[in-house]
Amino acid sequence: MEKPPVDSQNPLLELRRLTPARIALGRTGTSMPTSAQLDFQYAHAQARDAVHLPFDSAGLSAQLTEIGRDSLLLHSAATNRDSYLQRPDLGRKLSDESAQTLRTYAAANPGGVDLVIVVADGLSALAVHRHTLPFLARLEEQVLAEGWSVAPVMLVEQGRVAVADEIGELMGAKMTVILIGERPGLSSPDSLGLYFTYNPKVGLTDAYRNCISNIRLEGLSYGMAAHRLLYLMREACRRQLSGVNLKDEAQLQTLESDAGTDMKRNFLLGQTDA
Amino acid sequence: MAAFAHSVGAQTYRFESLKDVMAKASPARSGDFLAGVAALNDGERVAAQMALADIPLTHFLQEVLIPYEADEVTRLIIDTHDPHAFAVVSHLTVGGFRDWLLSDAADEQSLRALAPGLTPEMVAAVSKIMRVQDLVLVAQKIRVVTKFRGTMGLRGRLSTRLQPNHPTDEPAGIAASILDGLLYGNGDAMIGINPATDSIASICAMLEMLDAIIQRYEIPTQACVLTHVTTSIEAINRGVPLDLVFQSIAGTEAANASFGINLNVLKEGYDAGLSLNRGTLGQNLMYFETGQGSALSANAHHGIDQQTCETRAYAVARHFKPFLVNTVVGFIGPEYLYNGKQIIRAGLEDHFCGKLLGVPMGCDICYTNHAEADQDDMDTLLTLLGVAGINFIMGIPGSDDIMLNYQTTSFHDALYARQTLGLKPAPEFEQWLTKMGIFTQADGKIHFGDSLPPAFRQAMAQLG
Repeated sequence: MEKPPVDSQNPLLELRRLTPARIALGRTGTSMPTSAQLDFQYAHAQARDAVHLPFDSAGLSAQLTEIGRDSLLLHSAATNRDSYLQRPDLGRKLSDESAQTLRTYAAANPGGVDLVIVVADGLSALAVHRHTLPFLARLEEQVLAEGWSVAPVMLVEQGRVAVADEIGELMGAKMTVILIGERPGLSSPDSLGLYFTYNPKVGLTDAYRNCISNIRLEGLSYGMAAHRLLYLMREACRRQLSGVNLKDEAQLQTLESDAGTDMKRNFLLGQTDA
Repeated sequence: MAAFAHSVGAQTYRFESLKDVMAKASPARSGDFLAGVAALNDGERVAAQMALADIPLTHFLQEVLIPYEADEVTRLIIDTHDPHAFAVVSHLTVGGFRDWLLSDAADEQSLRALAPGLTPEMVAAVSKIMRVQDLVLVAQKIRVVTKFRGTMGLRGRLSTRLQPNHPTDEPAGIAASILDGLLYGNGDAMIGINPATDSIASICAMLEMLDAIIQRYEIPTQACVLTHVTTSIEAINRGVPLDLVFQSIAGTEAANASFGINLNVLKEGYDAGLSLNRGTLGQNLMYFETGQGSALSANAHHGIDQQTCETRAYAVARHFKPFLVNTVVGFIGPEYLYNGKQIIRAGLEDHFCGKLLGVPMGCDICYTNHAEADQDDMDTLLTLLGVAGINFIMGIPGSDDIMLNYQTTSFHDALYARQTLGLKPAPEFEQWLTKMGIFTQADGKIHFGDSLPPAFRQAMAQLG
């Protein structure tokens, strides 16, 4: 009989390369060992700090200008972070001043627009700082190919998802896409979420939106997120709706075959008993 | 609509309706302030609790909080109320009901018989005048037992949902978390994945994978992929093996509409699940998630406080004989439950109210990084819910959900609760753990096997 290892958790260290989850931590008694415990506490401290990082919308605007893209600087009705955290209603609407800015812009540029892209800090300005430009590069290349007209990128401080509805309505937009910082996780202070709405107007619920989440280097790639979004946008234009009635049936050949192969490659289901 | 008044000394407090009394009697929390329904100060709050304590339970059958004509959840509550079951407490006020619940007259048997006679509003009302220890003591008397492939909710048992989420739904990464959890004795309530995207193809692939793992290792548990009920129906129509049908639910028709559901859609999902006949011990197969603040978040609360809205969701849940219901208490964020104190109280209220209504309650003991809460708060709530006899909690690697970006209870946390409180996993799963050589439990103490179980050693060899 082969000699058993002293700690049956140790062999699992190999599994760490399969997932960023905190697996194979070992145990002392039944509890978390000291180093794992303190690693967790530090990660929590970092995530707490990320929540309170201010959105550098002026800096992002300057970067957009460099690549020839216009933007407008807007602010939600939540005046600061404390107000944002406790009053989601304020984060969902524009400040009076910003609403006026948009009305003025729309009056000077009548006729509506196919697509408005909104970028809001949400709960992680770090996410939008890192991912906005590279993701937009992927997305807008294909948006141009579709021949859709686009408005300036709307940069919203202290914004929540539904603020895109008001922006879309004021701009007379057929579609809105909002890129927003998701609530920071311990392992992911910079995760970007994306919400798509067809025919946006104030008062829509989440049932009218489609969400693609976890866009970051260690998560969903820019290319795949843009691909899924483009599929949703084309289907939404064809069926004139978004949300739960517009299922993501993006039957990508590559995804399908990958899923099949991964199933077979999955170590728990290997041919061990043959 | 009745107006209520209560005098304390020279001061008279007035409340314009039942829902006004209930909202102002609610222990303070940020969501009720956000909705503008909370008491203006501590004095008004306690006066509202005193007024509430004097209201007869029968009044809750006369003054509904949302009109019968306007809300299908109200219609469900009224139409399914059992007056015979109610008879034993029908003469009591809310305050008298609290006294009765704490008395010896309320035991496991009498409380089970009473459940169909209670409305969510009666239950929410009495919880508002109960302290933490009351919520624990009464809940601890109640057992709600359900069955599919395993048995949930037996006295002396604490089950866990193994939650192997992965940011891109990578099957090998999900499998790694599953194995880690199984080796900590987690996963008897279910292996339940929150998918990163709502793509039908990948959801079907995950369901196939979970089914294959459960079959291959003969694990007496249930699989669930937490997707919209209509997607589960679609997967069933495609012939995919599906154990538990998931849906988020809330306590008002309008809030449910914001989730893209209504009672008919839930019934379609329930019927689709039943048609597969996959439970070996029973056919409880709905898995619902709830949480205080969801109705307000959808602007669908009708001026009702968030804890009462939440309790109405349990009336929706119990109509479909669920396998488990999970209040995801700290997930929604600080605008609804601001800090550890509010989260702890809410978790205990939800567990108590659900159990009193006959719902198999569990709790996602959790917080987000923008709430004023930490691991110490979660340890407190876990310990209290363990004493209160909760059916199940989450189990996740190192407390860190790398897909949903929040913290919930870890595999280790479940073992802490089992060891300190002498709780065991579901009996079928306990046997499996013994058979596999993972661990045995006697006198509270957990004794791990001294080597990796042979079946999993073979799996690890596949990694090369």
